[in-house]
Amino acid sequence: MKTKDMSYSEAIRDAISLKMHEDEDVFMLGEDIGVYGGAFGVSRGLIEEFGPKRIRNTPISESGIAGAAVGSALTGMRPILELQFSDFITIATDQIINQAAKIRYMYGGKGKVPMVLRTPSGSGTGAAAQHSQSLEVWMAHIPGLKVVQPSSSYDAKGLLISAIEDDNPVIFYEHKLLYGMKEPVPEELYRIPLGKAAIKREGTDVTVIATSIMVHKALEAAKQLEREGIEIEVIDPRTLVPLDEETIIASVSKTSRVVIVHEAVKRAGFGAEIASVIVESDAFDFLDAPIERLGGKAVPIPYNPELEKHAVPQVSDIINAVKRTLQRGEEV
Amino acid sequence: MARTKQKAQSLLESEIKVAPITTFSVLSPEGKVVNEDEVPNLSDEQLQELMKRMVFTRVWDQRATGLARQGRLGFYAPVAGQEGTMIGSQYALDKEDFILPGYRDIPQLHFHGYPMYQAFLWSRGHQHGGQIPEGVNVLLPQIIIGAQYVQASGVAMALKKRNTKNIVITYTGDGGSSQGDFYEAMNFAGVYKLPVVFVVQNNRYAISTPVTKQTAASSLAQKGLAAGIPSIQVDGMDVLAVYQAVSKAKERAAAGEGPTLIEALNYRIGPHSMSGDDPTRYRTKEEPTEWEQKEPLTRFRKYLEGKKLWTEEMETGVIEEAKKTVADEIKKADQYPKMKMVDLIDSMYETTPPHLEEQKAEYAD
Ligand SMILES: Cc1ncc(C[n+]2csc(CCOP(=O)(O)OP(=O)(O)O)c2C)c(N)n1
Repeated sequence: MKTKDMSYSEAIRDAISLKMHEDEDVFMLGEDIGVYGGAFGVSRGLIEEFGPKRIRNTPISESGIAGAAVGSALTGMRPILELQFSDFITIATDQIINQAAKIRYMYGGKGKVPMVLRTPSGSGTGAAAQHSQSLEVWMAHIPGLKVVQPSSSYDAKGLLISAIEDDNPVIFYEHKLLYGMKEPVPEELYRIPLGKAAIKREGTDVTVIATSIMVHKALEAAKQLEREGIEIEVIDPRTLVPLDEETIIASVSKTSRVVIVHEAVKRAGFGAEIASVIVESDAFDFLDAPIERLGGKAVPIPYNPELEKHAVPQVSDIINAVKRTLQRGEEV
Repeated sequence: MARTKQKAQSLLESEIKVAPITTFSVLSPEGKVVNEDEVPNLSDEQLQELMKRMVFTRVWDQRATGLARQGRLGFYAPVAGQEGTMIGSQYALDKEDFILPGYRDIPQLHFHGYPMYQAFLWSRGHQHGGQIPEGVNVLLPQIIIGAQYVQASGVAMALKKRNTKNIVITYTGDGGSSQGDFYEAMNFAGVYKLPVVFVVQNNRYAISTPVTKQTAASSLAQKGLAAGIPSIQVDGMDVLAVYQAVSKAKERAAAGEGPTLIEALNYRIGPHSMSGDDPTRYRTKEEPTEWEQKEPLTRFRKYLEGKKLWTEEMETGVIEEAKKTVADEIKKADQYPKMKMVDLIDSMYETTPPHLEEQKAEYAD
């Protein structure tokens, strides 16, 4: 496979472009996605390539965007809608939760809503309390939706292609800090199945389950821990719904120790679900230490860059949590 | 049979049309009075005050964009081109009236009593920016497009229940008029005859989207008609027209006659915000220059000069004063104590619950 260095945003654009060339029914809608290229430049060049009927630069109407996506999807289109910031999902949620997620069920399996909602989430860009949240667990709670959180360019492209081809509504959470990250990505169309976790690093001592930007922090922690002779295994679920429980359970059965880390607020965060999956499984018998769960502080994301960092887990927090599960290092 | 057919046809033929909207103005772009009957009843000093405030705001805007470029401010949305609407509308208010602004509407807040150094702190995300002084009837600049409109109806419900004669003014942009909240707010205010003045500042762009792509409506003012509320389009670069329109809307509201929608035609001369917007991606370089012909300061300056109410020395005086004020206020913002994580946590609930006390302990030092 021929590869090319692609940033996360280029990989996403590439997935959209490939699918739009292949399938006339795929189209995009969102605010400022035309000549402006979207708030994070993901759709740059697409309106020139596909024209304004397939790259719909919309009025500022999140409910309208989501509803139009649902309606068009119900009649056979495959809309990809972009919400400028994932925080604005609040305004689109009736169409997502009460409509998109329920339609197949209420139509007795006959109706379908093959739409993808893409949206940037997360903190770290100084965008303050109403533009920095990680709200993915809301969507993970709703039966009928699939929820994807890619952490790399390669994953983003393959997962987005699967999401576009999926016949169910898919919520695709991008992370603002990942847009500029590059890695080699195949130029051709490929798929990563929804519901398959990735083992981002193999290890024997502790399983660290991390999502989105936290995958990178966990890998950084792995490097530092390696110097101390600690080998962690880093697992990225990649999709929260469906969740690849098998890969998680297998890893925990091997290492017997678990750290779960996400940026979203810890309380009622998706980590609680993952921890429960583990303790409800046979892996419970293998656990040698309490599960460590790291997440954002229960505060709105501060605007001030220093305080903003304090509000979400850092590499040092992951290292300390790993050591706690090994009952090494500082006692807390 | 034949009769019903005829009736149906005539219904179709009498399609509902909005009468062509004319723009209300008092001054021409050359600063000449074009609407003698509507010249507001303002003293010479008051006219000079309007000019002072517009000049002051222009200088402040230039300094603020400069500070933002140097990274000394946080979020900042430039106001050049919109001073006529901002200054004229606030000047029509009483101190007790409430302002519910969007993120661009900082000048109105300032002239309503919200200190400039707090606006700078707000821009930097410092919580003290949000601690509105007692007796200053404003809410914080809204970032979630449209949310202030629905809240305005709520504030007005409270004022009405308490039998005050005060009113609420709220602002959004042309883009904001596409939100469901925009209609819902006007509908509430119409049904309950609430004392609200809804202002939509049509500055022609919502980030990159021109108003012609925002709506097929030939005016934003006509959007109020469906809610059954009087609606008017004004030349927003004409400070006297704005003052006059808002004064009348305020009078109606205070008299219990309900809300008004005012569409103010403006132009955003600068970028959307100082966070990396390059307007040449969506408009020509020449476009702003063309609009500068109609710009609010030039026009009002000519009008006042014609009346011998404005001189170059007065202008220089205001510019110097504005520069000094901005410098002093930014210094005051710089010197304000830094925010701490514990302060943020403590401001979340009336009484900090135990789980947050635990979290606070992590930041004890
Ligand atoms: C609900 C919501 N959707 C989208 C945004 C992102 N956004 C911020 S400003 C803006 C454009 C607003 O344009 P307009 O209402 O015309 O006001 P202007 O900036 O021109 O004053 C957009 C889309 C937001 N802040 N809130």
